Amino acid sequence: MSTTLQLKGIRKAFGSNQVLHDIGFELQAGNVTVLMGANGAGKSTLVRILSGVHKRDTGDIILLGRTFNPKTPMDAVAQGVVTVHQGINDGVVPDLDIASNLLLEYLATGGSGFWIRQGALKKKAQALADLVGISSSLDTPVHALSLADRQLVAIARAMAYEPRVMILDEPTSSLSAAEADTLFSLIDKLREHGVAILYISHRMSDIRRLADRIVVMRDGQISANLVEQPLPLNEAVNAMLGRSMDNTTLTISQTTTPSLRLSNAVLAQGAHPFDMTVHEGEVVAIVGLVGSGKSALANVLFGINPLISGTLQLADKPYCPTSPAKAIAAGVFLCPRDRGSNAVVPDFNLTHNITLPFLHKYSRFSWLRTRHEEKRSQQLLDEIGVVYQNSNDNIGTLSGGNQQKVSVARWLSESCRLLILDEPFQGVDIQARRDIGTHLRNAAGTRATLVLVSEIDEATEIADRIIVIAEHTLAGEQINQEPDLDLLLSMMASANNLGTTAA
Amino acid sequence: MNKVINLAIRYGFLTLLVGLVVFFSIAADGFAGPHSAVFIFQSVAITGILALGVTCTLVVGGFDLSIGSVATSSLMLSAYVMVVWEQSALVAIVLCLLMGALVGLVNGWLIVRMRVPDLLATLGMMFLLIGLQRIPTQGRSIATGMTLPDGTVAQGTFSPAFLALGRHRFDLFIERLLPVSVVVLLVIAVLVFLFLNYTRHGRLMYAIGSNERASSLAGVAVNKYKVTAYVISGVLASVGGMLMSARLGRGDIASGNNLLLDSVAAALIGYAVLGAARPNAFGTAMGALFVGILLQGLTMMNAPYYTQDFVKGAVLVLALMFTFSLSARQRR
Repeated sequence: MSTTLQLKGIRKAFGSNQVLHDIGFELQAGNVTVLMGANGAGKSTLVRILSGVHKRDTGDIILLGRTFNPKTPMDAVAQGVVTVHQGINDGVVPDLDIASNLLLEYLATGGSGFWIRQGALKKKAQALADLVGISSSLDTPVHALSLADRQLVAIARAMAYEPRVMILDEPTSSLSAAEADTLFSLIDKLREHGVAILYISHRMSDIRRLADRIVVMRDGQISANLVEQPLPLNEAVNAMLGRSMDNTTLTISQTTTPSLRLSNAVLAQGAHPFDMTVHEGEVVAIVGLVGSGKSALANVLFGINPLISGTLQLADKPYCPTSPAKAIAAGVFLCPRDRGSNAVVPDFNLTHNITLPFLHKYSRFSWLRTRHEEKRSQQLLDEIGVVYQNSNDNIGTLSGGNQQKVSVARWLSESCRLLILDEPFQGVDIQARRDIGTHLRNAAGTRATLVLVSEIDEATEIADRIIVIAEHTLAGEQINQEPDLDLLLSMMASANNLGTTAA
Repeated sequence: MNKVINLAIRYGFLTLLVGLVVFFSIAADGFAGPHSAVFIFQSVAITGILALGVTCTLVVGGFDLSIGSVATSSLMLSAYVMVVWEQSALVAIVLCLLMGALVGLVNGWLIVRMRVPDLLATLGMMFLLIGLQRIPTQGRSIATGMTLPDGTVAQGTFSPAFLALGRHRFDLFIERLLPVSVVVLLVIAVLVFLFLNYTRHGRLMYAIGSNERASSLAGVAVNKYKVTAYVISGVLASVGGMLMSARLGRGDIASGNNLLLDSVAAALIGYAVLGAARPNAFGTAMGALFVGILLQGLTMMNAPYYTQDFVKGAVLVLALMFTFSLSARQRR
């Protein structure tokens, strides 16, 4: 097996902050190397150095025997190091069709001359599309594609350069299971072609499926480089955290006072009606694939959309919110998915981000009582374990996992009847995930909690009860005591067994 | 190095402002002195009031292009009410304020309910008002003794109380020093500053401007606040128009051509003050003052009047460059 890319003694500092200390490892041709690390370990910085966004301070990178010194991201791609970034939309131009997206670099570098020759371009684009298995017609605008297909377009675009190294930064974080499978088979194909792949992910299922080797980073250093088969995943997690992970054992709470009750609820046109009850003090995980109707449920409960038909009851009273403000007033809080567009106010500091929904509690006759506000937010930040320097710092100075904790903390400042968290663990490392989970369970009180996730692992870690949603209806449920994972998975995959397993 | 950049971002603009004052005090005879200072304030009072209004719409992530035409409409309306309808100053003031609020409501409604993009909605409103204010008098200015379209002669006059808004001066150490318009500007600036920075509503408006979707999901009444911002902008513009009318003493159809550009410039220059990089009341006031000082100083040094717009434009471009390149670098 030949070495494609070799890193030796890479260092990088931003100001006085040493982000990378002496990073060294190798990527082999036809091999998938998984890079693991907690939020803030320095993975993203390393990726940015390899993709030509940042320059390293010291150290050598050798690509196929030659020093690799990309000046710009374009330069890195031209030399055969291709990066597929986490934000899928960064890699495509949504308003152009697939063909134009695939040939964007070709058009931009002037390789096509002044006039656009449709026929020749089509042929070229088709060849690239076939390579990765894009099945849609090439004149489809990219904004009409699913996230997974957009990602394929981004990868296909990179294929024009015959990449030797491909870096995938959390590529599955917004994909459904089926979409992820498409991506995995593409990665297998690349592996056969001898491409060296660096794969960054928090998802254990991805790592199990793909990894040939695991490199673990912690605090800007390599803390483990694992090659033995089968790969010791526990050791990798320990190396990532710097200590062994205590297995959380849940004490399943047995409460009987109903808090939220849905009767004959229909979430989407033509979906089966279903009933559901959530009890006081209970943490219920709702598991379902992307597009299964989890978010539709959240939107109904939070007053964004109405139910198609059926009734809602909250604490034995009819509940039909018509706006988020009314839902909040009734004691139903939602921590939405995708914090970047739905939760974080980028111009605000930590305190202002936390107090946003409940400013009236921190003001008298509309005048803000800033000291009161700051004290409360610091208390909340400490409770949920946010790593921060000053609560007056801009929210953008925090790592993703800590920003997520802030978004959750926002809704923990006041007590409520029902707290809904939609994909609260997106792009969050295991430790931060446990922190959030533990805190949610400990601070539950009489509050009912709904956690919407697409990974079963995440559900078993946090819930008293697991409910599966598929095709916009309830597909089954289990108490989280030695749950039958295979059964849950099959329920997620389809709603056909409806009625036989629904408890 | 970082510290230097941070200091430059925070205090660069204010240092420049002080430097400018010192320079003109030395170079231009008679620049330093209470009368000159008051003159500068008076020259920027109306622009400043309009700019504070547009600042409120910028805070919620919008933009109000109709302010200039609201001000001129208010100028014409006040003259029409007093000269043609022969009503009192109070009636004129109330009708002008109502007109400003109504325009703000319609702007807000177009943007929030009809989903017209803010620039387009207020551009349309601007055209509409420019046209509308000419219809009652067939495009002529309003003054006592003018012949109306139906042949009668307008007998009304501007009431002395109304004219005092533009001409009265309060005593402050020196007799008859401070014009009403300057007092109005200062009061409005302080009120808008307090509202935006120290009340819940101001905070929520900033939240909307920064991430509208997140604000709405946090239960903020986004539409209500957006409409409010346009109403504030409309009302302040009508105040500016009345002050102009009171100073001129007639409904001059050709006045106020520069109001829109000048006040938008002041609000945008305000982004650079104290490294805010976002719309803010203090910055807007400083921005208006900066332009006023620069123009007054240059005029006293005999710079020709036709270079004024060029100077304003250059200041605006520099300030924007300063804001966006430096503070963007700082954030990264």
